[in-house]
Amino acid sequence: MTDVKDHITAPTGGTGNEPPAMGLVGWLRWMWRQLTSMKTALVLLFLLALGAVPGSLVPQTPIDPIKVSDFLEAHTKLGPIYDKLGLFDVYKSAWFSAIYLLLFISLIGCVVPRLGVYAKALRARPPKPPRNLNRLPGYQRFTVDAEGDVLELATRELRRRRFRVQAYDGAVGAERGYLREAGNLLFHFSLILALIGVAWGSLFGYRGTVLVVVGNGFANSVAQYDDFTPGRAFSGDDDLPPFSLTVKDFSVKFQQDGPQKGAAREFKAQLTYQETPDAPEKSYLLEVNHPLKLDGSSVYLLGHGYAPKVTVRDGKGQVAFSGPAPFLPQDGNFSSFGVIKAPDARPLQLGFEGFFLPTAVIDQRGPVSVFPDDLNPALVMTGYYGRPQPETGKPESVYQLDKSKLTQFEKNGDKLRFQLAPGQTTTLPDKAGSITFDGYSRWVKLQVSHTPGTDLALAGILLAILGLMGSLFVHPRRTWVRVRTEDGRTVVEVGGLDRGPERGLGDEIRAITDSLKPEPDRSSTQEQP
Amino acid sequence: MSAETFAHVSNLVVPTATVIYALAMMSHALEWALGRSVVTKTAEVKQDVLVAADGETVTGGSAGAAAESTAADAVEPAPGIERIEAASRIGLTLTGLAFALHLVGVVTRGLAAGRVPWGNMYEFSITASLAVAAVYLIFVGRYRLQWLGLGVTLIVAAVLGLATLALYTPAGPLVPALHSYWLVIHVSAAAISGGAFTVGGLVSVLYLVKARAERRVLAGGTMSASLRRLPSAEAMDGTAYKVLAFAFPLWTFGVLVAGPIWAEYAWGRYWGWDPKEVWSLVTWVVYAAYLHARATAGWRGRNAATIAIVGWFVFIFNFVGVNLLVSGLHSYAGV
Repeated sequence: MTDVKDHITAPTGGTGNEPPAMGLVGWLRWMWRQLTSMKTALVLLFLLALGAVPGSLVPQTPIDPIKVSDFLEAHTKLGPIYDKLGLFDVYKSAWFSAIYLLLFISLIGCVVPRLGVYAKALRARPPKPPRNLNRLPGYQRFTVDAEGDVLELATRELRRRRFRVQAYDGAVGAERGYLREAGNLLFHFSLILALIGVAWGSLFGYRGTVLVVVGNGFANSVAQYDDFTPGRAFSGDDDLPPFSLTVKDFSVKFQQDGPQKGAAREFKAQLTYQETPDAPEKSYLLEVNHPLKLDGSSVYLLGHGYAPKVTVRDGKGQVAFSGPAPFLPQDGNFSSFGVIKAPDARPLQLGFEGFFLPTAVIDQRGPVSVFPDDLNPALVMTGYYGRPQPETGKPESVYQLDKSKLTQFEKNGDKLRFQLAPGQTTTLPDKAGSITFDGYSRWVKLQVSHTPGTDLALAGILLAILGLMGSLFVHPRRTWVRVRTEDGRTVVEVGGLDRGPERGLGDEIRAITDSLKPEPDRSSTQEQP
Repeated sequence: MSAETFAHVSNLVVPTATVIYALAMMSHALEWALGRSVVTKTAEVKQDVLVAADGETVTGGSAGAAAESTAADAVEPAPGIERIEAASRIGLTLTGLAFALHLVGVVTRGLAAGRVPWGNMYEFSITASLAVAAVYLIFVGRYRLQWLGLGVTLIVAAVLGLATLALYTPAGPLVPALHSYWLVIHVSAAAISGGAFTVGGLVSVLYLVKARAERRVLAGGTMSASLRRLPSAEAMDGTAYKVLAFAFPLWTFGVLVAGPIWAEYAWGRYWGWDPKEVWSLVTWVVYAAYLHARATAGWRGRNAATIAIVGWFVFIFNFVGVNLLVSGLHSYAGV
């Protein structure tokens, strides 16, 4: 971002834009010039803006994989095309990366040579006055009888106005605002610094989420996470700090009345943790906006839900499943869907799926939850049975029931459906067993992540803003004062020009002129249009 | 006074302010309508434009504007000018009155909720439009910005009307993610720079109108008094640049520093390509391109104004479209 005349790498003339008829080196040089030209930078900026848009309109795999699969199901023709174009993961797609990498190469190619130019400009003295000062945008003149020490006065006045001054024969040249280009360069280099910080974080960082039922614990290792996204250069468990934590308690408050009834007002998880297996146990109250920082990693409270505690007995009367099963909230009132699996039940294996409703009400839609807090909890489920299957060792989702080899229970010709309040039990048809709703706990969703390079990125952006302000608010200006003799009288001319957006040039030239006049003469300035 | 009383006052005062802004807008519309019929003789206008165009090459923007206004003052006032002036003054007075009520409405809203009054889209709308009106009223005297009156009152009345009719949410506490002092920093930076983007966009639109009229005059056409009352196109180009040069660093801070720091605390990552983040970045890139094009390629005038208007639309879409059409982490209670 500088005046086009200062920009040596961006030839705008005809020769720079036409491919030269020479060998590989010529071609490469030509391409490099094109890439680092201003026009290309502008085009790339617009492309970056345009390219970022689809990611906000098309569902993105890293943000919401379920929405992506819904989209693929709903759009059987469009979906695969989108997928090929990388539209489900725009910000990691080859074309998006290409845009921003080209932009940064262009930026580097543009600003690095300017460093040298600037270094030279910093050492340069203010230039000689042009022949005709009266052609400058700002111009004043006056005549006095005696020459006196006008130039000395001018030097002092210009220095006071923070100009760099150079004396010439019968004139002085002055320049100020060198910091504009410095700000400019700082802005561009700081952006590069920020990008390095961001890249550092995505290479060496990691992020994992885990759902922990209140009362249970979590130890930091890859296997314990429900979902783990390592950076490309992340090497595994060795890179994870060896902390462990236990969720002792979780409290949540919801708006009780008014139009925002049911909106969360606060949630807090009471944790105890150990930084290493041998470290003393400490406690921490984890809240949104207040992550727990541990040895470079941070633990965040992302969400919460209910985990009904259920006991399943099989046809032989033995306990086939017992404990809390986390259900996932489906709406703002925490109607939560989940499954309970009892593959070891005999003679038939059992499975259940359905909803936990914290405040259950029966309306025309059937049983629904009307408030997120646990005012009238109920479990509404259906059951399945099937022949016992051999263990395959394949990982299975704990939130989905594989019903391909299961049959739904029926009762009086209808699909079996039952609703339980805490403490209640229902027996399954055909003496297949029973299920008891013992009670419920809450669970919290924790995110553990480590993003190195954040400080670098932050410093980069802050420096960029500083540089930006320099480049926007520093106004380079050149001013000249010349004294010559005309018909025995002394003519003093003051001229100036701005090398950026004009800001009060005329006022300053007038003020400088006034300061040079002998006292009684101050009002007789002849203005030149 | 209790929170309910404050809420009640706010709910009463904000729609009243909206109506008065609308009246101010009508007054300014009348000002423009009256001005359309008063056409100055071609020769005089052409003289002005030539002076301005000449001034542009020799002395830059403000000198051109000064030259024009001097010329305009010298011209014998055409009949009907007094009525135009009166309509303009009435519009300005009504705007001042509406602003006073608007200010009361925003402050009582904050008192009713017991926090900064920008926790949801309704509050953000009334506060950001207050910022626009405040900036206009503060500078209207110093920089003679009466010519912005119609645009400013139109936008503020429209935003307030929409907020009252479509976005209203009773005052109340916030979801836990918003319990942070970054709410004050992040959102106020976004609101102020958004207000400046709006002013910059508005000036750019008027620039295009005026520049077209000036070209017509140079081709021998006429210019209506309402357009003559605008500053020279060159001066408006400079105004738009100054406003946007002020807004851009602030926007950078709001969405690329304060936003990510807060996101890091609240959501566990500083940048996650949430739709709001994407559109904030798009807004940033468009205005970066604007400054870049101006500073390096020497784009001024029509091209620069077009980018400024595109940037404004992107900002508006980020604020309205993303909230209403796309779901993301920036969706909160009451939109």
